[in-house]
Amino acid sequence: MNIHEYQAKQLFERFNVATPKGAPAETPEEAEKIATSLNTSELVVKAQIHAGGRGKGTFTNGFKGGVKLCQTPAQARDLAEKMLGQTLVTHQTGPAGKVVRKVLIAASVDIEREVYFAILMDRASGMPVVVASTEGGVEIEKVAEEHPEKIVREPVHPLLGLQPFQALKLGRELNFEGDQLKAASKLFLNLYKLFVSLDCSMVEINPLVVTDKGEVLALDAKFNFDDNALYRHEEILQMRDVHEEDPREVEASKFNLNYIGLEGNIACLVNGAGLAMATMDIIKYAGGRPANFLDVGGGASEQQATEAFKILVSDKNVKAILVNIFGGIMRCDVIAQGIINAVKAVSLPVPLVVRLEGTNVALGKKLLEESKLPIEAASDLAEAAKRVVAAAKTG
Amino acid sequence: MSILVDKNTRLVVQGITGSSGAYHAHGCMEYGTNVVAGVTPGKGGQMFEGKVPVFDTVYEARKQTGCNATMIFVPAPFAADAILEAADAGVELIVCITEGIPVMDMMRAQTVLKEKKSRLIGPNCPGIITPGQCKIGIMPGYIHKPGYIGVISRSGTLTYEAVWQLTQRGYGQSTCIGIGGDPINGTSHLEAVKLFSEDPDTAALILIGEIGGTAEEEAASWIKEHYDRPVVAFIAGATAPPGRRMGHAGAIVSGGKGTAAGKIEALREAGIAVAETPASIGDALIEILKH
Repeated sequence: MNIHEYQAKQLFERFNVATPKGAPAETPEEAEKIATSLNTSELVVKAQIHAGGRGKGTFTNGFKGGVKLCQTPAQARDLAEKMLGQTLVTHQTGPAGKVVRKVLIAASVDIEREVYFAILMDRASGMPVVVASTEGGVEIEKVAEEHPEKIVREPVHPLLGLQPFQALKLGRELNFEGDQLKAASKLFLNLYKLFVSLDCSMVEINPLVVTDKGEVLALDAKFNFDDNALYRHEEILQMRDVHEEDPREVEASKFNLNYIGLEGNIACLVNGAGLAMATMDIIKYAGGRPANFLDVGGGASEQQATEAFKILVSDKNVKAILVNIFGGIMRCDVIAQGIINAVKAVSLPVPLVVRLEGTNVALGKKLLEESKLPIEAASDLAEAAKRVVAAAKTG
Repeated sequence: MSILVDKNTRLVVQGITGSSGAYHAHGCMEYGTNVVAGVTPGKGGQMFEGKVPVFDTVYEARKQTGCNATMIFVPAPFAADAILEAADAGVELIVCITEGIPVMDMMRAQTVLKEKKSRLIGPNCPGIITPGQCKIGIMPGYIHKPGYIGVISRSGTLTYEAVWQLTQRGYGQSTCIGIGGDPINGTSHLEAVKLFSEDPDTAALILIGEIGGTAEEEAASWIKEHYDRPVVAFIAGATAPPGRRMGHAGAIVSGGKGTAAGKIEALREAGIAVAETPASIGDALIEILKH
């Protein structure tokens, strides 16, 4: 799950991670009001979408730039008016762009120095690790490639958490001194608290800046949350913006289906994440392109199978569908009945290849046969892939 | 001819009175696993299916029945605690089936486990089976057959796929371990390979991995130096888009790391045959065994 910049700012404020003052606005009037309350002559208005490259983006109405500086509340209002409700296209949004529903009005700061600071869950060691670099404001992957010596890694003991001495050590590695060192290490400790309290898998501040006034502030941030822990963070769940997600994925999540939309034209419905990935792979190997990843889970109900099928059929790019089930907990007859119900409910616009194996396979196959629906049965995975690719090409 | 579990395994089931705990405890008993106890707090004193005593704590179950392995079906919010409870009671093998445990919880539990003697398999895994002797988990028993091939996998149904290919072609398995799809798990690919290397009756290995992390690469480099029996691998997720979590919490390509291509290259470099498709895992191994 991703969150907006203004939401990241709210989380920083809650955990006392120093960040420039600001708030989101949904209307030009609100923008003006926030700008007035900030009481500064250096303001920035930023379009809130889940995509990078906003500053260099262009709105479909011709207005250039989703990040703009200004001096007065009236100007902030004008800028907000030009952005709100408009579609912003950046190198990350694709040509369709994204509609701007909120703008962030914040105090703008003059930057003296930029550094990089992140905390992430390191799976190899099974503990959190801080990754920091004096090279801020650029992609850390690039720094890692070109100047690996400029990246500092500090592992954190899972039961102790980040210790004050470690925060100081990191501060020195990043060339902080005097009051700035104190401010930076306090920020690091508070950020670690945030990381643990909110079950993050990554928090990346890029850049962390020193302003011309000597303040140490988190300017922009990226958050990754552990999906497994969202159940205990209602406030994070509330931050979800379904406008920013693939509508197919939003629909799937309503039924607890694990769906990820892709660009191809062969839809697949599989039980189990590993087999679902492997099914996408074998479609590609057979010369086709998968339209999605879909794991209906170990114990999907008939209704879940039906809803899953409806989502696949609603994708206009789809030219053929492959159902691949290896029944363990999942019974083949349950999935067969789900497919039959779905096909009856939505009709079948494209060829459907079904491969069933495992628990109650004979019963499942019998149900499909007796349904008299135009379903191609495949006896194994290789054959299923070949047939669905052929069907997509002729269809 | 097996690792970790056999006919001497005495199993306790944590969460035995819940719906999936009960369903799969029944399945394991039906397969022939010696289920000696169940644990559900507050239900101590009951009998499961009229023959398995239920206890309030693992500590009591261990004391009364001498259980040496546990299968955990406790819901995700409480599962890390259940793992710690089993380790505290001294249960040697902990198999955690539960999916969706918060990573922070697992990280803490794992840190404590390092100082205990217990081995954890999972979480978010199908379990472990030594065909014909002991099944601890949710895999369909009938697709397996006793034999000499060890199977290690991060995935459930994809493992069934590979096992079924072997069984249909007449090749049985010594033990099949599902190590789980989470980013932090108790037993890694590498540790599982080491366990199999100590089993004289495991003649060959199937290693099923997926995108994300570096566990497969670590296993590969160890195999290159220390393991000379045949190994066939398959890596799922070659077509997965970067930055997206593919169902399993651990299955994500991030910062250009953990790609299928990188893993396949590391495996091949270690002299491991990599199956091109999930449908050819069985045949790839049989091909090598014939030569």
